[in-house]
Amino acid sequence: MSTGIATDAGAHVSTLHTLAAATSTSTPEAVQFWLLGTVAVLGALGTVLLRRAVHAALCLAATMVILALFYLANGANFLGIVQIVVYTGAVMMLFLFVLMLVGVSAADSLKETLKGQRLLAAACGLGLGILLISGLAQVSVKSFNGLASANKAGNVPALAAQLFTKYVVAFEVVGALLTVAAVGATLLTHRERIEKLKSQPEQARQRVREGTQLPPLPAPGVYARHNAVDRPGLLPDGTPSELTVSGTLRRRHQIREVEAAELRRVAALERGTADRQGQAEQDGGRGEPAEPGPAERAVQRADAREAEQLAEAERLAGSEPAREPEEAAK
Amino acid sequence: MNPVNYVYLAALLFTIGAAGVLLRRNAIVVFMCIELMLNAANLALVAFSRLHGNLDGQIMAFFVMVVAAAEVVVGLSIIVMLYRSRHSASVDDASLMKL
Repeated sequence: MSTGIATDAGAHVSTLHTLAAATSTSTPEAVQFWLLGTVAVLGALGTVLLRRAVHAALCLAATMVILALFYLANGANFLGIVQIVVYTGAVMMLFLFVLMLVGVSAADSLKETLKGQRLLAAACGLGLGILLISGLAQVSVKSFNGLASANKAGNVPALAAQLFTKYVVAFEVVGALLTVAAVGATLLTHRERIEKLKSQPEQARQRVREGTQLPPLPAPGVYARHNAVDRPGLLPDGTPSELTVSGTLRRRHQIREVEAAELRRVAALERGTADRQGQAEQDGGRGEPAEPGPAERAVQRADAREAEQLAEAERLAGSEPAREPEEAAK
Repeated sequence: MNPVNYVYLAALLFTIGAAGVLLRRNAIVVFMCIELMLNAANLALVAFSRLHGNLDGQIMAFFVMVVAAAEVVVGLSIIVMLYRSRHSASVDDASLMKL
């Protein structure tokens, strides 16, 4: 920390330096401020602008860690550590837990319910920023008292000395507040069970009465090549079954299509079986013309679906595919 | 560099948080923006503490942190309860006074 006061050399220099009013911080601190401050602002913008709540939470956690570093740079050692432990360690993790509870896929809707609300909100934010910063610009700080004298006994003992003498009432009240908040949170999230818990025979009877899906749901396809739970199982005729994959995956569009190649393999197996059986049948004296089996029909359906998707993609890509046939015609 | 820059940064972060509260519709993200505003206020308090050379600002920031922790606990439990009854965490859906 550089001071404007010239002092004589000796052991007193350091104490004089720290006790005197400083006019600016050290260069490393300035470098740290400009580097990390940029990241902090980017993290704050990410919190506001990213659509996915989990991404917003991670951006906010980054901003909070950087603020903890700024507290440390400002001589608030205790608060810096508390910031990391309480905010990034406890509060942000609580946020993430609630996000898991509420559903990660709950992205913000982009539909405006109030007309022009987004624009007005942005204008209000900008106005507030201009107001705050122009207000701050009125103040000119020529010099400042560092915390050297206040922190002489160490930051934690100095804080404790104030906390337990001058602010002891506030400290007690805040302790009571925390207790009340903990009780309130358990009270709010507690749910009294009003109706009786259904026993297994009762659940079974209800299922039979409603007539929906009596046996357990079919398992997903177990091709041990990818994550098998995201592959639909195949029905006997080779069509992928929607029932076999979890509804959550379906809603997130994370289900893998069963490729036509797989279906072709099923069809080939079926054809092989049919050939063998056909041989046996011919031996038995029944000659029937070869008819496409159910698996082959599934292959044809899959091919048609792929062709449809291809056509869709081309249609979305624009007019380029439309030009190609003309060039081919030339 | 003058430590007042920390206060400028705090004002900027506070503004971004306030704009986020107005812009976002997901209750949890709105809540995170409020946390951002509280953190910005804390940064300003810590910077003031350094400018004045006493620890009162840091103690204020400490109390803000404690109150924020209590607020997060209650607020998040309200959001969870709202989600249970409405099956949505959007602030638009909680438009009726009764649950």
